[in-house]
Amino acid sequence: MQKNKKKLTDYMWILSITYLILGLFNILFAWLGLLCFFIPLIIALVGGGKKYCNRYCGRGQMLELMGTKLKLSRNRDIPHFLKSKWFRYGFLVFFLSMFIVMLFTTYLVFSGVKDLKQVVTLIWTFKVPWNWVDISGVTPWIAQFAFGFYSIMLTSSVLGIITMMLYKPKSWCVYCPMGTMTQLVCKAKYKEKTKY
Amino acid sequence: MAKIKRKALVDTEFCVACGSCVKVCPLQIITIEQGVFAKLEKDKCVGCGKCAKACPASVITIETMEVE
Repeated sequence: MQKNKKKLTDYMWILSITYLILGLFNILFAWLGLLCFFIPLIIALVGGGKKYCNRYCGRGQMLELMGTKLKLSRNRDIPHFLKSKWFRYGFLVFFLSMFIVMLFTTYLVFSGVKDLKQVVTLIWTFKVPWNWVDISGVTPWIAQFAFGFYSIMLTSSVLGIITMMLYKPKSWCVYCPMGTMTQLVCKAKYKEKTKY
Repeated sequence: MAKIKRKALVDTEFCVACGSCVKVCPLQIITIEQGVFAKLEKDKCVGCGKCAKACPASVITIETMEVE
């Protein structure tokens, strides 16, 4: 039997935690989260499959450590509806819709129709004031996007932690919108390849 | 006399290809096929069940079979 040796990519969870902490001190760090959006998509589009999920996803590693090393997970089977196609695709559509709403809000601030709101919205509902850092010198739309994006990242982390505790550690991976989206890209490529 | 063997079985329809099983397989016989589903070399599988335990979607089961 071969023993799995620890690699540098096994420590990506540190980046995920650092990202969430940096957002507490300066919301502009939220922009870095775009990497978690583009890298998996680019890898899938260039034929790298789901390598991002498989090797580099810091969130997955973080949830796994919380569930296994810290023993925070009940390790129960995930309910069938959470892994059903309609839920996974439905959640992806919902998530993307919320992303578009966030982009539209950023546009409204950019065009001066709306004022910048120093608020992080948790689970698309709870408005948490986030005004302890002075961002008066920053262009309002840049800050607005950061608040919106950090809201998405924090919300998905909270959902991931809840399902990690209730079910298996990496339950978030089952309905993660990025995972669903990259798998869709891979499925399309796979179908194309196997057609001939 | 018939021998009882245990093998892992992946329900590819519901597999999310997250790769959790790949990481825990002690024989490293699991791969993610084109980013679509997990695929294992069945003849090499010893049915230890580590992949089934790690699978967040619980789509891996351990089946028992009798072999001559």
